[in-house]
Amino acid sequence: MNTNLRRAAGAVAVGVLALPALAACGGSDGSGDSGTSEGKDKTVTLVSHNSFAASEEVLKQFTRQTGYKVKVLKGGDAGQAVNQAILSKSHPQGDVFFGVDNTLLSRALDNGIFAPYEAKGLDRVPRKLQADAGEHRVTPIDTGDICVNYDRAYFAGHKLTPPTSLDDLVKPEYKNLLVTENVATSSPGLAFQLATIAKYGDDGWQDYWKKLKDNGVEVVDGWEQAYNERFSGSAGGKKAKGDKPLVVSYASSPPAEVLGVKPQPAEGPTGVATGTCFQQTEFAGLLKGAKNTEGGKALIDFLLSRTFQEDMPLQMFVKPANQDAKLPEVFTKYGAQVNEPGTMAPEKIAKNRDQWVKAWSSLVLK
Amino acid sequence: MVLARPEVGPGAPARGPARGPGGAGRRTAVRLGLMALPLAFFAVFFAYPVASIVSRGLKDGGQWQLGRIGEVVTDPAIGHVLWFTTWQAAASTALTLALALPGAYVFARFDFPGKRTLRAVVTVPFVLPTVVAGSAFLALLGRGGLLDEWWGVRLDTTVWAILLAHVFFNYAVVVRTVGGLWAQLDPRQEEAARVLGAGRFTAWRRVTLPALAPAVAAAALMVFLFTFTSFGVVQILGGPRYATLEVEIYQQTAQMLDLPTAAVLTLLQFVAVAALLAVHAWTVRRREATLRLVDPARTARRPRGAAEWAFLASVLAVVAVLILAPLVVLVLRSFDGPDGFGLAFYRALASADGNAGTFVVAPLEAIGNSLAYGLAATAIAVVIGGLAAAALTRREGRLVRGFDALLMLPLGTSAVTVGFGFLISLDEPPLDLRASWILVPLAQALVGVPFVVRTVLPVLRAVDVRLREAAAVLGASPLRAWREVDLPLVGRALGVAAGFAFAVSLGEFGATVFIARPDSPTLPVAVARLLGRPGELTYGQAMALSTILMLVCAAALLVLERIRTDRTGEF
Repeated sequence: MNTNLRRAAGAVAVGVLALPALAACGGSDGSGDSGTSEGKDKTVTLVSHNSFAASEEVLKQFTRQTGYKVKVLKGGDAGQAVNQAILSKSHPQGDVFFGVDNTLLSRALDNGIFAPYEAKGLDRVPRKLQADAGEHRVTPIDTGDICVNYDRAYFAGHKLTPPTSLDDLVKPEYKNLLVTENVATSSPGLAFQLATIAKYGDDGWQDYWKKLKDNGVEVVDGWEQAYNERFSGSAGGKKAKGDKPLVVSYASSPPAEVLGVKPQPAEGPTGVATGTCFQQTEFAGLLKGAKNTEGGKALIDFLLSRTFQEDMPLQMFVKPANQDAKLPEVFTKYGAQVNEPGTMAPEKIAKNRDQWVKAWSSLVLK
Repeated sequence: MVLARPEVGPGAPARGPARGPGGAGRRTAVRLGLMALPLAFFAVFFAYPVASIVSRGLKDGGQWQLGRIGEVVTDPAIGHVLWFTTWQAAASTALTLALALPGAYVFARFDFPGKRTLRAVVTVPFVLPTVVAGSAFLALLGRGGLLDEWWGVRLDTTVWAILLAHVFFNYAVVVRTVGGLWAQLDPRQEEAARVLGAGRFTAWRRVTLPALAPAVAAAALMVFLFTFTSFGVVQILGGPRYATLEVEIYQQTAQMLDLPTAAVLTLLQFVAVAALLAVHAWTVRRREATLRLVDPARTARRPRGAAEWAFLASVLAVVAVLILAPLVVLVLRSFDGPDGFGLAFYRALASADGNAGTFVVAPLEAIGNSLAYGLAATAIAVVIGGLAAAALTRREGRLVRGFDALLMLPLGTSAVTVGFGFLISLDEPPLDLRASWILVPLAQALVGVPFVVRTVLPVLRAVDVRLREAAAVLGASPLRAWREVDLPLVGRALGVAAGFAFAVSLGEFGATVFIARPDSPTLPVAVARLLGRPGELTYGQAMALSTILMLVCAAALLVLERIRTDRTGEF
């Protein structure tokens, strides 16, 4: 009995003693460097969403160029990360926020979380992407299109032409083929709804969705489920025996499907219906009240530099905002050229978003 | 840890410690001392953050806007959500108990080859991230899934998928909490009843069932709380039509930033959970009897006779269909590479090829991160929960009951509320922990503590008070008596509790996702990230990483099974 007792007591003691030690492991990225003063501060903190990714090498290059080390804080999906930044604006968690897109931009700007800064290299970014050109509170970093993807094998096998536009999707030959995401829970889902509103207008989009519903559109909660479980063209969907040959996804999904596949096929298993797209632009901005303003400015310049912009596509599956940056071959070979994506002013999205989501829910889900 | 001084001296009380005014005052002092740390922990890391976020939602320019409560509560859509949340939780709990209680019996009373491994395996679902389990369930129940191929049955987007997934997740809760106690009940008591003429069922109903009741009630409560606040399962398997209160709170907070509505819903959830705890307290009060606990190794035996073997076989069949099948589907998919079966995806996890270095070191790192968080969270939960359970051993007064309920509240609070609460409340030095490493284990320990308390408390309360009295009569101080009498008996329960806390931490996804932190992904977060990207390779890697997560969990649980003290109760 005594040995048991000692063993148990020992285990608890070890646990308690291990606590500070474990906490110390995390000390390097813990709160230890929060108290340093401006000027000596050699860390710049980037707050972002879970999809942010950059290769180690590129971040090291930034440190070599500027002397600042980058600490990345990720807080949930895009919407959640923006909302966290808004909630914590009196004590921001970092210096730069990356990942606010045009559907959320107005909310962020109206809440005043960003300080103005005109990034170096902004002249190489197309004017139409610069949503806040007047004040430069945010800088466009990348763009991506949300489009309907199709499963090539299905349409070849059924001797059907794949759809190319929103109008096509409500035609009888495409009945019961499309799976999309819930606009209330999924950002591609919302973007697809915005594409239909951009095309059919405030009074026409509901009629369009009625037709889409009559044509058997299936709605699932999130992109993962739509793409990896229900869509017949993706690797995950093939394994899960998905039977929907059309899915709302990204223009960059087809290149992603062939990454790492050997030998590289002549054409990818999936294609893009280029007339169904909506353009999302992601922005970065300097957080108001940042501890390290200088480092933050340097980081925004770097995010717009060719080094970062050319690393980005294969990290986050988005396109560079900087015109000089070259796309990797996999994008040019398997990707689609989207010429006329749907767009919408951020203010308009912010103003109507909640009522649109509610209207959509009662129309499509009931 | 308090170092025990063997206090055997002239000052030792010769009477039972439960008498005399001095004794009572001192006991209260001891109890308050035990409570201090858990109370401080809950005040800082639970009450304060949650109060911050709720008050921000309900205050407008310094004025309380309580009219909003009425607006939200009378909204028919919210009523609908509340109704669905409640009935699916009740149905899930009933189904889990029906399927898992026979399992608890089998694990407690029978010896069969592979028992330890199987006990670890049934706990694996409990730690799987819901994203992964959801995929596995869709592969089984969805279109083109196994059921569809064999019998043409499809259950996805039906309530059945949600209920079955809840059983899958919570089977272990029942097997471990009920089975743990069952294994320590002395079978001779039931045998004595049989000798005195009771039938087999009567003996079980009159002897074993009353002894088990507190553990069953505790397990039912935990399962109900888990399913009541279910988030991932409902989101993945329920389709957009079904939403629980938890899902609704997440929507309103994280996506819409509608803090007033979220605050009201959080309060609603509090009321529901508090009501539940009250009902639970009322049903178990005075049911906890002193039990004779014996060494579990002596109570288990080989099944005898055809009936017992058949019973064992049927339980194992349920385990195979409900728990093993989804896990096997995952493992198979992780090996089903682009060019036939092989280790392609596992190799991809370690190589920079094809995913441009996003996860060059992350899988290995993620395992390390998960284990480190898990150890820290377990240590915190066991210390806090152990102290709390010790303080709660003797039920006296309202204070104690209130404390008990307080400890359970985190189970019924949505992760997003706690996470966002941290964000706006722990944001100034000395408590600016928002980017600190320790915040994740702290959040995970919040969920772990109730488990520790629920697992340890029934055992502590079942310790025969006469043993303590005997120790006191022999001159032991209360601390010494506790150390010599209680601790050996609860060692096993502490082991089980630590296993739970560790498992909760490994699979915990909610809080980990809601806390922005330096990029050190845990396994579940890494899996979710991989699933969130298109491509054959990333999907396969997600499955491979899930398989690794399962193995790590199973290994950790097996280790815990081994180091558990085997000789509890041998005096």
